[in-house]
Amino acid sequence: MKELLIGNAAVARGLYEAGCSVVSSYPGTPSTEITEMAAKYDEIYCEWAPNEKVAMEVAFGASVRGKRTCCCMKHVGLNVAADPLFTLSYTGVNGGLVICVADDPGMHSSQNEQDSRHYAKASKVPMLEPSDSKEALQFTKLAFEISEEFDTPVFIKMCTRVAHSQSIVETSERVLPEDKPYEKNPQKYIMVPANAKLRHPFVEERTRKLIAYAETADINREEYADSQFGIITTGTCYQYVKEVFGDSVSVLKLGMIYPMPVERIRNFAEKVGKVYIVEELDGIIETHVKTLGIDCVGKELFSEIGELSQLSVATAFGLDMPEFSSVDTNVPSRPPVMCAGCPHRGMYYTLAKNKITVLGDIGCYTLGAMPPLNALDTTLCMGASVSGLHGYNKAGGKETEGKTVCVIGDSTFMHSGITGLVNISYNASNSTVIILDNSITGMTGHQQNPTTGYNIKGDPAAKIDLETLCKAVGINRVRVVDPYNLQECDEVLKEELSAEEPSVIISRRPCVLLKSVKAKPALTVSEDKCKSCKMCMKLGCPAISMHGGKAWIDPTLCVGCGVCTQMCKFDAIK
Amino acid sequence: MTKSIMIVGVGGQGSLLASTLLGKLLVTEGYDVKVSEVHGMSQRGGSVVTYVRYGDKVYSPIIEKGAADCIISFEKLEAARWVQYLKKDGVIITNTQQIDPMPVVIGAVEYPADILTEVAQKVKVDALDALSLAEQAGSSRAVNIVLMGRLARQLDIPVENWKNALKSVVKPQFVDINLKAFDLGYNYGN
Repeated sequence: MKELLIGNAAVARGLYEAGCSVVSSYPGTPSTEITEMAAKYDEIYCEWAPNEKVAMEVAFGASVRGKRTCCCMKHVGLNVAADPLFTLSYTGVNGGLVICVADDPGMHSSQNEQDSRHYAKASKVPMLEPSDSKEALQFTKLAFEISEEFDTPVFIKMCTRVAHSQSIVETSERVLPEDKPYEKNPQKYIMVPANAKLRHPFVEERTRKLIAYAETADINREEYADSQFGIITTGTCYQYVKEVFGDSVSVLKLGMIYPMPVERIRNFAEKVGKVYIVEELDGIIETHVKTLGIDCVGKELFSEIGELSQLSVATAFGLDMPEFSSVDTNVPSRPPVMCAGCPHRGMYYTLAKNKITVLGDIGCYTLGAMPPLNALDTTLCMGASVSGLHGYNKAGGKETEGKTVCVIGDSTFMHSGITGLVNISYNASNSTVIILDNSITGMTGHQQNPTTGYNIKGDPAAKIDLETLCKAVGINRVRVVDPYNLQECDEVLKEELSAEEPSVIISRRPCVLLKSVKAKPALTVSEDKCKSCKMCMKLGCPAISMHGGKAWIDPTLCVGCGVCTQMCKFDAIK
Repeated sequence: MTKSIMIVGVGGQGSLLASTLLGKLLVTEGYDVKVSEVHGMSQRGGSVVTYVRYGDKVYSPIIEKGAADCIISFEKLEAARWVQYLKKDGVIITNTQQIDPMPVVIGAVEYPADILTEVAQKVKVDALDALSLAEQAGSSRAVNIVLMGRLARQLDIPVENWKNALKSVVKPQFVDINLKAFDLGYNYGN
């Protein structure tokens, strides 16, 4: 059957058709939909793990038991899972194990632009890179076959443009592989030095076999044309090359990006003469080709920065660009904003008002860095707010302890904030940690997590109690505030900052976009009472603007949270 | 011949349903189709763009400057933001609605009120108050379908096929409102 699917849904379909039984992932744009779509198939057990390391280890266990399994993450999530990855390469698999990693060149929704292909080479794990949804489905199924044939985990490497572009796929039925019962095999699964020393040669030999596979496999493909040069490319860049040149240029399309073939590249280079490499981010194919002693042109024409496109390919080859019109007026930017009624706003306003230094974390609440709140000082990676605060206070001592906090969301806290809190407790810094608990994983589009009380299917699940958890790691002062109550936020913040021991403030209010949260009637501004002082504007609420010199609340956006009412000294907002 | 259509607007305006409808319709018409959008940060009230490309064979999922046959804009400032992507002989269908971006809301910059006049001096513009038409159809949320009705005038696909595709992508209880919104967009000014 023909269907129009985003690349992530096509991977999920591939998991289904390949008979995958267990999927464990942590959400992260642009990878999230793979697991969400897989969870729609009742035949696949799916879960949101607390973080990517846990997810990969769950997949390891499922594979050892003999089931086909998968874990999915974004590129930075693979950093978190790097520890199991490198040794999983040694143990290999029983049931096929696929790791889907989605890069985000152009950083549409990420904090860096790292190239996951380095991980394939570093961990010696084969990596397949589809160029559209059709290949995403096919390659996912093939990945399980390679995994089981070569006794290795296999990467499917996505990027934003493949993950989030819909194209046509051919679906087929689910075929369950033969059950592979677990057989005790300490030399394979217990990676102590004596055994790992035996497995490392296996890994090297496996890579040699995979190179031999790459020499003939259909996943790599030559498309010869009568051209003066040839292009080696992969993934979405293949589409850009074809968009520009159609069938008029010879192309070697690498579907398997690690390990790469040797003889096949030599043959291609001999036939086409001059070789160009078109790849996004780092020059990984280019380095491989140059290592073979083949002259080629890559990163001197195609930037390591951001996404490529048909335009960058055409420009590099000196082709004519289409003409276009533009307006002379400066078009104001439209950055993403915290939603009207966002529960983070009240706490951020309180922090900004008190001129607090705020170490931030990864999530919707990173938007608190934007004007007019400008409430954040740092954002590094998942969990770094809590550990970073400890370091900041250890360096600053009493001078910083009373005027510095960190903010971290509920899901991010469960992901890797708790370990930082253990450190604050154990190594005793007088730090104040604020958990922005909006009862959901917000930024990636509302995934459940261990604090929400529901699992990926929306069924009731164990609910981790944040207060108990924080107390259990040795934090005596755990306070809960309603971020819609500015006075309460202000008082509790001041109390906890002045306390002589570490504390946690849980700023608790569910995300306004949750279906279970019912909006109150929109508030209105009394024009007579409004003195145009613009105090309400300090909140940066998208529902409030100045119209004809008076504050005005957009009734289609306002959810009646009432935070602006508390800002108005003239009682003008009701 | 590949056709390229862009849907631009503000996160939360319903461009997802519009691109779903268009994708479904074009697949049913037998075309090769690619629809590309970016999820994540841009959903939070930011500027959003969806690329739709169709033809006998489509390679790239994205559209570059000077390459769109048609841009459907859900908000007038967005029409100006993306005008560079239009082909010289292309057309922008735009909603005349104004949604202030945060730099305007906080008073850092002014909303350029006459922006559409300037856009219309440069390229062909088909402007309509899609919000009012949507409200007339029964729901302010049907802006997307009003604009799809307008787009139907630009594409060589029978209106009946549009309506069948529309029925297949909206919930049964919203079919009537959306059909009405589609007709209001299609027939606007005629």
